[in-house]
Amino acid sequence: MADDRVVGIDLGTTNSLVAYMASGPSLAHPHEPGKGVFIIPGEDGVNLVPSVVALDDEGHMQVGNSARAVLLRSPERAVYSVKRLMGRGVEDVQEELKLFPFRLAEDLAPGEVLRIHLGERTYTPPEVSAQILRQLKRNAERFFGSPVKQAVITVPAYFNDAQRQATKDAGRIAGLEVLRLVNEPTAASLAYGLDKKQNGTIAVYDFGGGTFDVSILKLKDGIFEVIATNGDTHLGGDDIDNLLIAVAVQDIAGDLKIDIRKYPDAVQRLRNAVIDAKIALSSQDAAQLEVELPDGKLYQRTITREMFEQMVEPIVKRTLGPCGQALRDAGLVAAQVDEVVLVGGSTRIPLVRRKVEELFARKPHTELNPDEVVALGAAVQAKILAGGSEETKDMLLLDVTPLSLGIEALGGVTAKIIHRNSTIPASATEHFTTGVEGQVSVAIHVLQGERELAKDCRSLARFDLKGIPPMPAGLPRIEVRFLIDANGILHVSAREQRSGKEAEIQVQPSYGLTDEQVETMILDSFDNAEKDLADRQLIEARNEAETILTALTKGRRDEAWTMLGFGEQRKVAELEAKLRRSVSGTD
Amino acid sequence: MNETTNTGVKTAPPAKPHLQVIQARPHPHRCWSCGDMRAEHFCGECGHVQPAEPTDFFSFFGLPRQLELDEEKLERNFYTLSRKLHPDVYSRASEREQQWSLEKTSQLNDAYRTLKDPISRTEYLLMLEGIQLEEQSKIATEQARAFGTEKKQTVPAELLEEAFELNMLLEEAKMGGVDEDVRAQLITTRENLTARLNTMQEELRAAWKQWDSGDSEATAAMVDVLNRRSYLRNLLRDINDVLSSLA
Repeated sequence: MADDRVVGIDLGTTNSLVAYMASGPSLAHPHEPGKGVFIIPGEDGVNLVPSVVALDDEGHMQVGNSARAVLLRSPERAVYSVKRLMGRGVEDVQEELKLFPFRLAEDLAPGEVLRIHLGERTYTPPEVSAQILRQLKRNAERFFGSPVKQAVITVPAYFNDAQRQATKDAGRIAGLEVLRLVNEPTAASLAYGLDKKQNGTIAVYDFGGGTFDVSILKLKDGIFEVIATNGDTHLGGDDIDNLLIAVAVQDIAGDLKIDIRKYPDAVQRLRNAVIDAKIALSSQDAAQLEVELPDGKLYQRTITREMFEQMVEPIVKRTLGPCGQALRDAGLVAAQVDEVVLVGGSTRIPLVRRKVEELFARKPHTELNPDEVVALGAAVQAKILAGGSEETKDMLLLDVTPLSLGIEALGGVTAKIIHRNSTIPASATEHFTTGVEGQVSVAIHVLQGERELAKDCRSLARFDLKGIPPMPAGLPRIEVRFLIDANGILHVSAREQRSGKEAEIQVQPSYGLTDEQVETMILDSFDNAEKDLADRQLIEARNEAETILTALTKGRRDEAWTMLGFGEQRKVAELEAKLRRSVSGTD
Repeated sequence: MNETTNTGVKTAPPAKPHLQVIQARPHPHRCWSCGDMRAEHFCGECGHVQPAEPTDFFSFFGLPRQLELDEEKLERNFYTLSRKLHPDVYSRASEREQQWSLEKTSQLNDAYRTLKDPISRTEYLLMLEGIQLEEQSKIATEQARAFGTEKKQTVPAELLEEAFELNMLLEEAKMGGVDEDVRAQLITTRENLTARLNTMQEELRAAWKQWDSGDSEATAAMVDVLNRRSYLRNLLRDINDVLSSLA
């Protein structure tokens, strides 16, 4: 069924991709449409869609490369790296605000979902992410020529409950039913596991644009069992960029006496130049940094790979701690790992490869494009959920929860009820009672994290167990069931056992959107969808016309042109004139 | 819902979440054979998942309530059941079946996690038998501190002398007076205690054999080993804390 297509989406900090796995007998040509698993390109023919959302001068929402163009011109009309804000509160993001030009709404209360200024309105991070998802959905729909309604979306393995919920909300706002959230390193292992059906222990080292994950998996006859995972949701290529920018800002202030930080567009140019240099240094021994400054002066610097490596080594070293912890949690030493897989754009940096190779004492796998492997794996999981094919029929993914789940106990300590690295779905049942005679509600505080004290853990939700029948203190026996589903998202249910009454629970998500809010956002996007669609069709038609006109100009230079009859040449010219008139119109 | 309650569960003090996780109720018809209990999880005819029933983890795998267990076979069973029960298999099924699959799989995972580890398997069996272990975790320590009470903790006789010396050493270290000598002593103590931890493993296995052959008195020996083990692990944790704070 064409409408039953389930796509796999990698919603990245820097770039996003959509992929699909066709039912085919051969995986020999993995990137050939119609065969095996492949990335669906955008309308510009490029696989990577930059995770940038912008409002252009006409007030149209732009996503991807066109949004990046806006970002360069007018940084205040664009948002990037929004993934860093997903599921977080204003007090969580103070560090990011120093480094990223996010313009948060001024009236945010602690515990409230963030809102970011973009043009005249403010948007929550799930709404901004939904714009990216909607673009990927459109790309897939254009490719298939039919609607796409279901998707598997990947998240960093170390994402907490709130960050996962925010990602799922983004999917819903974009009009996608999110069949599953899959952890990025696990997805990568699926993509690698497709043609290498072997047993053993593998480590996936996933160093992306904004997040770092490491997962240790056991492969056995098609079962991909995650044994341990660890990471840092705020460590990625972005941090390398910021470091290089900070060095350059100092350099410019010292040498040229300009505080470039006062000029957002110049900082944005510097950021782009730094990223280009970083990328160049993965294949060259030196790169030239060149930025035009507001006063017309030119800032120029040569960075050698040696200088670069010296600067970024502390950042790369930060990835080794989580690797060690994951190995300890798995009860393994590095030498027991059979294969190491590299994922994420930052693993192109030679220093990163060397460090990973040193740690595991083996050469890591880099056969699949590190930018695409997560999306390809998501497409494999999408295929499995859609009913599977010959290639996926033995494959099953068993993932874990990355963080321990706990509840706040008396004295402000965390009582852990589901430990980290437990295979999900996982559950725990707790019993609560009252402290005062006739008490009809009990407050419960759910936490996620490894720390001993509740205040050091992440607050997931506070809720009240209500509707407890009035009884003497300590007599009610309320059973609360905590269930982490296959997406890593928590569900809570409760019942009072003495009276058999179901207790009413109101879960107050910390930094989460309520169902009603998500519904409103879906409606909002529908209101704009029709206008958006008309605008987009116009833009696409224009682009197509431009392509034809360019081809025509080229064609005239070809020898074959002279072989056309005069009548035919005139007919082409007439059509050309007509096309040019249409392009300048707006309908 | 099965009305059987666990006798090993203490009632929680006011508004304080319970520390003891009650994971399961005993199954009404406990199966002692290794037979085809798996038919309970899905229909033998059509393979569809069945509603989750409250069950204990041994019964879930169709295992007798015994402690010596073939871990490889347990893993094989876990994989076989995962392939049939996992939510991935039911992503296109009715909402009801999806819910059952979710509940069944969480039971399966909870059961496998508890049974595959020798210590948690033993603790779980003791809990099923209604036996309470001493709470020696760090949480208990923190909570005792918060209540202003002394944590109930019995120092195992065999460890009395060593624990005393170690505590002196640790106090000394915390006062800031850590020289190479103290450090070396801590490392030696850590090695000794780790070796002791391994012999405890053997003691525990002996108690398992006793239990599996029908001697219900063996639970006392298990409780003793687990309490001593937990005390030992706390000492090791303190040593590691001090050593890593020095690094």
